Amino acid sequence: MANHPTTQAIHSPVKEDVSVNYITSPKGLMSWLTTIDHKRIGIMYLWAVLGAFLLGGIFALLLRIELLTPKETIMTAETYNKVFTLHGVIMVFLFIIPSIPAALGNFVLPLMLGAKDVAFPRLNLFSYYIYVVGALFGITAMVTGGVDTGWTFYTPYSTTTNGQVSMMVMAAFILGFSSIFTGINFIATVHKLRAPGMGWFQMPLFVWGMYSTAVIQVLATPVLGITLVLLMLERSFGIGIFDPAIGGDPVLFQHFFWFYSHPAVYIMIVPGMAIISEIIPTFSKKTIFGYKAIAFSSVSIALVGFLVWGHHMFVSGQSNLASVIFSFLTFLVAIPSGVKVFNWLATMYRGSITLEAPMLYAISFLLLFGIGGLTGIFLGALSVDIHLTDTYFVVAHFHYVMMGGTVIAFLGGLHYWWPKMFGRMYNERLAQIGCGLVFVGFNMTFFTQFVLGSRGMPRRYYNYLDQFQALHAFSTVGSWVLGAGLFLTAGYLLASLRKPYDAPRNPWGSRTFEWETQSPPITHNFDFDPVLIHGPYDYRPEKKG
Amino acid sequence: MKWFRDLTLPIEASTTARDIDNLYIFIVWLSAFFFLLIAGLIAYFLLRYRRKGPNDVTPHITHNLTLEITWSVLPLLICLVVFFWGFNGFVRANVAPLNAMEIQVTAKKWQWQFEYPDGTRTINDIHVPIGKPVRLVMTSEDVLHSFFVPAFRVKHDVVPGRYTEVWFEPTKLGTHQVFCTEYCGKGHSDMLAKVHVDDEATYKKWVEEGDETLRTMPLPQLGKLVYEEKGCQTCHSLDGRRTPNGGPSWKGIYGTMEEMSDGQKMLVDANYIRESIMDPQKHIVRTYEGIMPTFQGLLREREVLGVIEYIKTLK
Repeated sequence: MANHPTTQAIHSPVKEDVSVNYITSPKGLMSWLTTIDHKRIGIMYLWAVLGAFLLGGIFALLLRIELLTPKETIMTAETYNKVFTLHGVIMVFLFIIPSIPAALGNFVLPLMLGAKDVAFPRLNLFSYYIYVVGALFGITAMVTGGVDTGWTFYTPYSTTTNGQVSMMVMAAFILGFSSIFTGINFIATVHKLRAPGMGWFQMPLFVWGMYSTAVIQVLATPVLGITLVLLMLERSFGIGIFDPAIGGDPVLFQHFFWFYSHPAVYIMIVPGMAIISEIIPTFSKKTIFGYKAIAFSSVSIALVGFLVWGHHMFVSGQSNLASVIFSFLTFLVAIPSGVKVFNWLATMYRGSITLEAPMLYAISFLLLFGIGGLTGIFLGALSVDIHLTDTYFVVAHFHYVMMGGTVIAFLGGLHYWWPKMFGRMYNERLAQIGCGLVFVGFNMTFFTQFVLGSRGMPRRYYNYLDQFQALHAFSTVGSWVLGAGLFLTAGYLLASLRKPYDAPRNPWGSRTFEWETQSPPITHNFDFDPVLIHGPYDYRPEKKG
Repeated sequence: MKWFRDLTLPIEASTTARDIDNLYIFIVWLSAFFFLLIAGLIAYFLLRYRRKGPNDVTPHITHNLTLEITWSVLPLLICLVVFFWGFNGFVRANVAPLNAMEIQVTAKKWQWQFEYPDGTRTINDIHVPIGKPVRLVMTSEDVLHSFFVPAFRVKHDVVPGRYTEVWFEPTKLGTHQVFCTEYCGKGHSDMLAKVHVDDEATYKKWVEEGDETLRTMPLPQLGKLVYEEKGCQTCHSLDGRRTPNGGPSWKGIYGTMEEMSDGQKMLVDANYIRESIMDPQKHIVRTYEGIMPTFQGLLREREVLGVIEYIKTLK
């Protein structure tokens, strides 16, 4: 058995020959289409979710152009309703939910554990093809008429409107299985494939985050699946469960829908936080503060997150008692997130900090997720929520947590692990500019929307009163700055793939296992048998000799 | 902080608005404090602890129980304060005073219909006296809608198959905007209404005679107002263009012959227009669907006359 590479080997400036790696070998399209290598599957997911991000982003830019002026600008009301629906559906189901777990998690998780692959490699490939089938159903629904229900499919509008509702709902149903299978795989992998010496409390926090997310994926997604099936049955056969005209209850749909969709937002944010827990210690060259608190906070967010769905429904007609209980639990679930933020800050205290792109994204996360989380307090407060719910305030809040949180963390993780995944360093100066444009553009677009909302601007509005135009126009210009930053980022990342391999094993000086193998890794990950020698955040100088 | 309220909130025009705004401002202060704390610490740490060289050694600080308990318990206590304050306001917003005047509200795509205790019916418009509580008992005829008056800080979904409520006691004279705020399709962003808060005398006059505009505005002008505010414009264009899923354009139709779905031809005169408004399913123009709702009981006589005169002006 080969031994661990020495510290010198990991940081060696001498370029090693990495021409034989998981990308180059085995060769051929079929070897990719039938791969069971978690790294190749992760890369295929990566291109898929980035494609979805591009499509969803184009819809966003289009709808913001429409909102430059009240009444018609570039599209009719019917088209606008489809555009905002598809923006939401694509972003939620095709991009954000799979993004970190399936693209980055698949690649990194086994490496972090010192494993050769996930527990069920064939299930992994299957989950990817399920994603592809679901995506094809979704795209077909889009090009054959589209859907105008909003991504939330509230009844009875969704059971009675024209359009490809059933097909789109079928797409989401299929995509759900991709999520469930990824979750099952990660749970088994974490339980069974850790390297010798790696107990639960020696795992990187990214793994704790992915594990907690996997639990949510497995427990919550089936509820969405059933709900969507019931919706299709209602549309096709009028079973009378959601439409009051045939004896159903529209609020029941909302309960079913949000019982999944609230935990779903934790499927989105917990992986993002997990990435931040990796980046901050690395770029502070300091051990993480409060490892156990962060680990347990991921688990408690996952669990308590199942108990708060009714905070989307304070004015829906659910009982006042239910609303009160949901509000109380919502404030409880906020605390673990706050704990993480304080722990990350404490990690930076007395650290040795550098500001390469991954760290810039992590700092952006702290600020933007900070705003997103704090504005959740407004919405969790029952009386204030009466005024703010269903306005642009909510739109701003969820974009701050989903985009300012998850997408920023995703970009940070992408930059952090890019050298490992592709063996190339990207252009650091362009990366800093890109991050800056994204940060400025994002705030221009979405901070404005808090004010729009508190001033009374309802959401999902095609037309609006003249008094709101200045703010809408400013938000639209912000979307252009944001878009420019993202296109720039895509540009230099793709450009880096044309360079020769120039990434060392451990460009950032991190302490987790994935950095001890070559960049890009060989198919079997390690050419030695990983054994835990030091903790994942141990930056104490190594003993000589 | 008045400038901040004026910048980010509508005027306070009901008795429950002030407490909601106060809690809102409290959370603003809280958020500003914590955000500046976080941002400040980040800025300070980035400067003070930037990397000096490749051989920097950092202290191995793994945890601090006192600190961790403090920053778990303190935020929890603050959250509980916010929770109770919000709970309190919520109870008050949801329990109408016993002496509130009840108005029935029916929402439908894309229009608000109101019915007073004395039988008066209005569309997209209500008059209420200042300083008296009003309770709206609401239901929908089709899909979910939501009744939102920003100036009163009231909002509640309007659900088909059941009744939901809002209540308010207006404190400011004037006209306040109502929005539909639960997505309901094509006309969602045009499903607007107005609450007119009148002084006692004006309100009494309105109850007896209808409002000033209705009684005195020249008929064609009144007809144009009805066209814009009672829902006609959602389905009937003025430029000759056919509205998808709507009705015939009004441009130049007065005095022409229209062909009905059963083949018969009808002259578009005052009687035809009146029948189209009151009994729209009786004759349906060829190639259109019979989806126009009736306005029987919802428009006053003068409003119907106004629409007829207005259509005459549309060449």
